Amino acid sequence: MKLLVTVGAQLPFDRLIRAVDAWVEDHPEHRVLAQIGETDERPAHARWTKFLMPDDFDREFDTADVIVGHAGIGTLFAAMQRGKPILVLPRESARRETRNDHQIATARAFESYAGIVVAWTADEVAAGLDRLLETEGSTTLAGETGGPLIERINAFIESA
Amino acid sequence: MSARKKIVAISSGGGHWIELLRLRPAFKGHFVVYVTVNEAYRAHIGNAPLRVIRDVTRWDRFGLLEVTAQITRILLQERPDVIVSTGALPGFFGVLIGKRLGAKTIWVDSLANVEELSMSGQKIGPHADLWLTQWAELARPQGPHFVGNVLGSEA
Repeated sequence: MKLLVTVGAQLPFDRLIRAVDAWVEDHPEHRVLAQIGETDERPAHARWTKFLMPDDFDREFDTADVIVGHAGIGTLFAAMQRGKPILVLPRESARRETRNDHQIATARAFESYAGIVVAWTADEVAAGLDRLLETEGSTTLAGETGGPLIERINAFIESA
Repeated sequence: MSARKKIVAISSGGGHWIELLRLRPAFKGHFVVYVTVNEAYRAHIGNAPLRVIRDVTRWDRFGLLEVTAQITRILLQERPDVIVSTGALPGFFGVLIGKRLGAKTIWVDSLANVEELSMSGQKIGPHADLWLTQWAELARPQGPHFVGNVLGSEA
Protein backbone atom coordinates (compact mmCIF):
# COMPACT_ATOMS: atom_id res chain seq x y z
CA MET A 1 0.00 0.00 0.00
CA LYS A 2 1.04 3.56 -0.62
CA LEU A 3 0.45 6.10 2.13
CA LEU A 4 0.72 9.87 1.93
CA VAL A 5 1.17 11.68 5.23
CA THR A 6 0.61 15.42 5.11
CA VAL A 7 0.73 18.09 7.80
CA GLY A 8 -0.40 20.89 5.49
CA ALA A 9 1.45 23.96 4.33
CA GLN A 10 1.37 26.07 7.46
CA LEU A 11 2.70 24.38 10.58
CA PRO A 12 4.70 21.23 11.28
CA PHE A 13 3.03 18.48 13.27
CA ASP A 14 5.83 16.38 14.80
CA ARG A 15 3.47 14.44 17.05
CA LEU A 16 1.72 12.97 14.01
CA ILE A 17 4.92 12.29 12.09
CA ARG A 18 6.51 10.52 15.09
CA ALA A 19 3.46 8.29 15.55
CA VAL A 20 3.30 7.36 11.88
CA ASP A 21 7.05 6.75 11.72
CA ALA A 22 6.81 4.27 14.61
CA TRP A 23 4.07 2.45 12.71
CA VAL A 24 6.18 2.41 9.53
CA GLU A 25 9.01 0.74 11.43
CA ASP A 26 6.67 -2.17 12.17
CA HIS A 27 5.22 -2.20 8.63
CA PRO A 28 8.16 -1.96 6.20
CA GLU A 29 6.02 -3.54 3.46
CA HIS A 30 4.18 -0.23 2.87
CA ARG A 31 5.51 2.73 0.92
CA VAL A 32 5.13 5.90 2.95
CA LEU A 33 5.85 9.49 1.96
CA ALA A 34 5.61 12.05 4.77
CA GLN A 35 5.28 15.77 4.10
CA ILE A 36 6.56 17.11 7.42
CA GLY A 37 6.68 20.91 7.05
CA GLU A 38 9.33 23.23 8.48
CA THR A 39 10.70 21.19 11.39
CA ASP A 40 14.04 19.87 12.69
CA GLU A 41 12.69 16.40 13.37
CA ARG A 42 13.22 13.74 10.71
CA PRO A 43 11.35 10.47 10.31
CA ALA A 44 13.75 7.52 10.65
CA HIS A 45 11.69 5.10 8.58
CA ALA A 46 9.31 6.94 6.29
CA ARG A 47 10.50 8.81 3.22
CA TRP A 48 9.98 12.49 3.85
CA THR A 49 9.88 15.92 2.25
CA LYS A 50 9.30 19.27 3.90
CA PHE A 51 6.84 20.53 1.33
CA LEU A 52 5.19 19.40 -1.90
CA MET A 53 4.53 21.75 -4.78
CA PRO A 54 0.84 21.74 -5.80
CA ASP A 55 1.37 19.50 -8.85
CA ASP A 56 3.43 17.00 -6.87
CA PHE A 57 0.93 17.14 -4.04
CA ASP A 58 -1.93 16.31 -6.42
CA ARG A 59 0.01 13.45 -7.98
CA GLU A 60 0.98 11.95 -4.61
CA PHE A 61 -2.57 12.37 -3.37
CA ASP A 62 -4.05 10.74 -6.48
CA THR A 63 -1.72 7.74 -6.35
CA ALA A 64 -1.85 7.11 -2.60
CA ASP A 65 -4.06 4.32 -1.26
CA VAL A 66 -4.45 5.92 2.14
CA ILE A 67 -4.04 9.49 3.45
CA VAL A 68 -2.85 10.47 6.93
CA GLY A 69 -3.16 14.06 8.06
CA HIS A 70 -4.30 16.66 10.55
CA ALA A 71 -8.04 17.28 10.92
CA GLY A 72 -8.20 20.28 8.59
CA ILE A 73 -11.25 20.73 6.37
CA GLY A 74 -9.03 21.08 3.30
CA THR A 75 -7.24 17.79 3.98
CA LEU A 76 -10.48 15.93 4.74
CA PHE A 77 -12.23 17.26 1.64
CA ALA A 78 -9.22 16.50 -0.54
CA ALA A 79 -9.35 12.88 0.59
CA MET A 80 -13.13 12.57 0.40
CA GLN A 81 -13.29 14.09 -3.07
CA ARG A 82 -10.92 11.45 -4.32
CA GLY A 83 -12.60 8.69 -2.35
CA LYS A 84 -9.42 8.00 -0.35
CA PRO A 85 -9.60 6.55 3.15
CA ILE A 86 -8.02 8.95 5.64
CA LEU A 87 -6.77 8.91 9.21
CA VAL A 88 -6.63 12.24 11.01
CA LEU A 89 -5.07 13.32 14.28
CA PRO A 90 -6.54 16.67 15.40
CA ARG A 91 -4.08 19.40 16.33
CA GLU A 92 -4.42 20.62 19.92
CA SER A 93 -4.07 24.21 21.02
CA ALA A 94 -2.78 23.13 24.45
CA ARG A 95 0.23 21.65 22.64
CA ARG A 96 0.62 24.82 20.58
CA GLU A 97 -0.11 22.90 17.40
CA THR A 98 -2.75 25.42 16.36
CA ARG A 99 -4.42 28.54 17.73
CA ASN A 100 -7.69 26.98 18.84
CA ASP A 101 -9.29 23.56 19.02
CA HIS A 102 -11.33 23.82 15.82
CA GLN A 103 -9.70 20.61 14.53
CA ILE A 104 -11.12 18.65 17.44
CA ALA A 105 -14.62 19.86 16.55
CA THR A 106 -13.97 19.14 12.87
CA ALA A 107 -12.80 15.61 13.67
CA ARG A 108 -15.94 15.03 15.74
CA ALA A 109 -18.11 16.15 12.83
CA PHE A 110 -16.40 13.85 10.33
CA GLU A 111 -15.79 10.86 12.59
CA SER A 112 -18.96 9.00 11.68
CA TYR A 113 -18.23 8.94 7.94
CA ALA A 114 -17.07 5.71 6.33
CA GLY A 115 -13.44 5.78 5.35
CA ILE A 116 -12.53 8.38 7.97
CA VAL A 117 -10.74 7.30 11.12
CA VAL A 118 -9.94 9.75 13.90
CA ALA A 119 -6.99 9.12 16.19
CA TRP A 120 -7.79 11.23 19.24
CA THR A 121 -4.29 10.74 20.63
CA ALA A 122 -0.96 9.82 19.06
CA ASP A 123 -1.26 6.43 20.79
CA GLU A 124 -4.29 5.64 18.66
CA VAL A 125 -2.53 6.25 15.33
CA ALA A 126 -1.06 2.75 14.89
CA ALA A 127 -4.32 0.91 15.62
CA GLY A 128 -6.19 3.44 13.52
CA LEU A 129 -3.91 2.80 10.55
CA ASP A 130 -4.32 -0.95 10.90
CA ARG A 131 -8.08 -0.47 10.91
CA LEU A 132 -8.01 1.91 7.96
CA LEU A 133 -5.95 -0.43 5.79
CA GLU A 134 -8.72 -3.01 6.16
CA THR A 135 -11.36 -0.45 5.14
CA GLU A 136 -12.87 -1.18 1.78
CA GLY A 137 -15.17 1.66 0.79
CA SER A 138 -14.75 5.22 1.88
CA THR A 139 -17.10 8.13 1.83
CA THR A 140 -16.67 10.01 -1.34
CA LEU A 141 -17.74 13.53 -2.05
CA ALA A 142 -18.06 12.56 -5.70
CA GLY A 143 -21.56 11.47 -4.84
CA GLU A 144 -24.29 14.06 -4.61
CA THR A 145 -25.11 15.88 -1.42
CA GLY A 146 -28.56 15.32 -0.05
CA GLY A 147 -30.19 16.06 3.23
CA PRO A 148 -31.94 18.96 4.90
CA LEU A 149 -29.53 21.72 3.89
CA ILE A 150 -30.01 20.96 0.19
CA GLU A 151 -33.78 20.68 0.63
CA ARG A 152 -33.97 23.99 2.49
CA ILE A 153 -31.95 25.87 -0.12
CA ASN A 154 -33.88 24.27 -2.96
CA ALA A 155 -37.20 25.27 -1.37
CA PHE A 156 -35.92 28.81 -0.90
CA ILE A 157 -34.89 29.04 -4.57
CA GLU A 158 -38.21 27.65 -5.75
CA SER A 159 -40.08 30.30 -3.80
CA ALA A 160 -37.75 33.18 -4.70
CA MET B 1 -43.11 23.32 -10.43
CA SER B 2 -42.24 26.97 -10.27
CA ALA B 3 -40.49 28.88 -13.03
CA ARG B 4 -36.84 28.38 -13.81
CA LYS B 5 -34.75 30.78 -11.74
CA LYS B 6 -31.43 32.39 -12.45
CA ILE B 7 -28.86 31.84 -9.73
CA VAL B 8 -25.45 33.40 -9.20
CA ALA B 9 -23.34 31.07 -7.03
CA ILE B 10 -20.26 32.88 -5.78
CA SER B 11 -17.29 31.97 -3.58
CA SER B 12 -13.57 32.35 -3.15
CA GLY B 13 -11.24 29.40 -3.69
CA GLY B 14 -10.24 26.26 -1.79
CA GLY B 15 -12.70 24.93 0.76
CA HIS B 16 -15.28 27.65 0.06
CA TRP B 17 -15.50 26.57 -3.58
CA ILE B 18 -15.71 22.89 -2.66
CA GLU B 19 -18.58 23.66 -0.30
CA LEU B 20 -20.33 25.71 -3.00
CA LEU B 21 -20.07 22.73 -5.37
CA ARG B 22 -21.64 20.57 -2.69
CA LEU B 23 -24.76 22.75 -2.88
CA ARG B 24 -25.27 22.04 -6.58
CA PRO B 25 -28.10 19.51 -6.13
CA ALA B 26 -30.14 22.36 -4.61
CA PHE B 27 -29.86 24.27 -7.90
CA LYS B 28 -31.30 21.52 -10.08
CA GLY B 29 -33.66 22.73 -12.77
CA HIS B 30 -32.43 26.31 -12.55
CA PHE B 31 -29.87 28.31 -14.52
CA VAL B 32 -26.64 28.84 -12.56
CA VAL B 33 -23.77 31.22 -13.23
CA TYR B 34 -20.70 30.46 -11.10
CA VAL B 35 -18.45 33.27 -9.96
CA THR B 36 -15.09 32.47 -8.36
CA VAL B 37 -11.41 33.37 -8.32
CA ASN B 38 -9.79 30.61 -10.33
CA GLU B 39 -10.15 29.82 -14.03
CA ALA B 40 -9.08 26.21 -13.37
CA TYR B 41 -12.33 25.57 -11.47
CA ARG B 42 -14.16 25.51 -14.81
CA ALA B 43 -13.29 21.82 -14.90
CA HIS B 44 -15.63 21.20 -11.94
CA ILE B 45 -18.86 22.58 -13.36
CA GLY B 46 -19.32 21.00 -16.76
CA ASN B 47 -21.05 23.33 -19.21
CA ALA B 48 -22.25 25.86 -16.64
CA PRO B 49 -20.95 29.39 -17.20
CA LEU B 50 -18.08 30.56 -14.99
CA ARG B 51 -17.03 34.14 -14.44
CA VAL B 52 -13.65 34.78 -12.84
CA ILE B 53 -13.06 37.64 -10.44
CA ARG B 54 -9.96 38.89 -8.70
CA ASP B 55 -8.86 37.11 -5.51
CA VAL B 56 -8.53 39.57 -2.64
CA THR B 57 -8.00 39.79 1.09
CA ARG B 58 -9.68 42.40 3.19
CA TRP B 59 -6.37 44.25 3.55
CA ASP B 60 -5.99 44.82 -0.17
CA ARG B 61 -7.85 48.10 -0.62
CA PHE B 62 -7.34 48.53 -4.33
CA GLY B 63 -8.20 44.89 -4.88
CA LEU B 64 -11.40 45.33 -2.87
CA LEU B 65 -12.48 48.20 -5.08
CA GLU B 66 -11.73 46.25 -8.22
CA VAL B 67 -13.52 43.10 -7.11
CA THR B 68 -16.52 45.14 -5.97
CA ALA B 69 -16.68 46.68 -9.44
CA GLN B 70 -16.32 43.25 -11.07
CA ILE B 71 -19.10 41.74 -9.00
CA THR B 72 -21.39 44.72 -9.55
CA ARG B 73 -20.86 44.47 -13.31
CA ILE B 74 -21.55 40.73 -13.31
CA LEU B 75 -24.72 41.10 -11.25
CA LEU B 76 -25.99 43.95 -13.42
CA GLN B 77 -25.42 41.81 -16.52
CA GLU B 78 -26.78 38.57 -15.11
CA ARG B 79 -29.65 40.01 -13.05
CA PRO B 80 -30.06 36.82 -10.95
CA ASP B 81 -33.19 35.97 -8.98
CA VAL B 82 -31.06 34.35 -6.28
CA ILE B 83 -27.50 34.79 -5.03
CA VAL B 84 -25.93 32.01 -3.00
CA SER B 85 -22.51 32.06 -1.34
CA THR B 86 -20.36 29.94 0.95
CA GLY B 87 -17.91 32.81 1.51
CA ALA B 88 -15.60 34.35 1.87
CA LEU B 89 -15.03 37.98 0.88
CA PRO B 90 -16.25 37.79 -2.75
CA GLY B 91 -19.42 36.09 -1.55
CA PHE B 92 -19.89 38.77 1.07
CA PHE B 93 -19.82 41.45 -1.62
CA GLY B 94 -21.98 39.38 -3.92
CA VAL B 95 -24.72 39.02 -1.29
CA LEU B 96 -24.43 42.67 -0.24
CA ILE B 97 -24.66 44.06 -3.77
CA GLY B 98 -27.14 41.47 -4.99
CA LYS B 99 -29.54 42.28 -2.19
CA ARG B 100 -29.52 45.90 -3.27
CA LEU B 101 -30.23 44.86 -6.84
CA GLY B 102 -33.31 43.00 -5.70
CA ALA B 103 -32.08 39.40 -5.62
CA LYS B 104 -32.97 36.94 -2.87
CA THR B 105 -29.79 36.09 -0.99
CA ILE B 106 -28.45 32.95 0.66
CA TRP B 107 -25.38 32.78 2.90
CA VAL B 108 -24.06 29.39 4.01
CA ASP B 109 -21.21 29.89 6.45
CA SER B 110 -18.28 27.53 5.88
CA LEU B 111 -18.05 24.22 7.67
CA ALA B 112 -14.53 25.29 8.61
CA ASN B 113 -15.98 27.91 10.96
CA VAL B 114 -16.63 25.59 13.84
CA GLU B 115 -16.51 27.71 16.95
CA GLU B 116 -17.59 31.06 15.63
CA LEU B 117 -18.91 32.46 12.39
CA SER B 118 -16.46 33.94 9.94
CA MET B 119 -16.17 37.72 10.07
CA SER B 120 -18.02 37.92 6.75
CA GLY B 121 -20.58 35.47 8.11
CA GLN B 122 -21.33 37.64 11.13
CA LYS B 123 -21.71 40.86 9.19
CA ILE B 124 -23.77 39.39 6.37
CA GLY B 125 -26.77 38.55 8.58
CA PRO B 126 -28.96 41.59 7.83
CA HIS B 127 -28.34 41.17 4.08
CA ALA B 128 -29.00 37.44 3.78
CA ASP B 129 -32.62 36.36 3.29
CA LEU B 130 -31.54 32.84 4.17
CA TRP B 131 -28.68 32.97 6.68
CA LEU B 132 -27.24 29.57 7.59
CA THR B 133 -24.46 28.10 9.70
CA GLN B 134 -23.39 24.48 9.33
CA TRP B 135 -23.00 24.03 13.07
CA ALA B 136 -25.96 23.64 15.43
CA GLU B 137 -23.92 25.25 18.22
CA LEU B 138 -23.61 28.49 16.25
CA ALA B 139 -27.31 28.88 15.44
CA ARG B 140 -29.26 31.73 17.04
CA PRO B 141 -33.05 32.33 17.07
CA GLN B 142 -32.70 35.45 14.90
CA GLY B 143 -30.09 33.74 12.66
CA PRO B 144 -27.91 32.27 11.50
CA HIS B 145 -30.03 29.11 11.37
CA PHE B 146 -28.89 25.52 11.26
CA VAL B 147 -30.57 22.91 9.08
CA GLY B 148 -27.66 20.63 8.16
CA ASN B 149 -24.29 20.73 6.44
CA VAL B 150 -22.77 20.13 3.01
CA LEU B 151 -21.89 16.57 3.99
CA GLY B 152 -25.58 15.79 4.19
CA SER B 153 -25.85 15.46 7.99
CA GLU B 154 -29.29 15.64 9.51
CA ALA B 155 -30.38 18.57 11.62
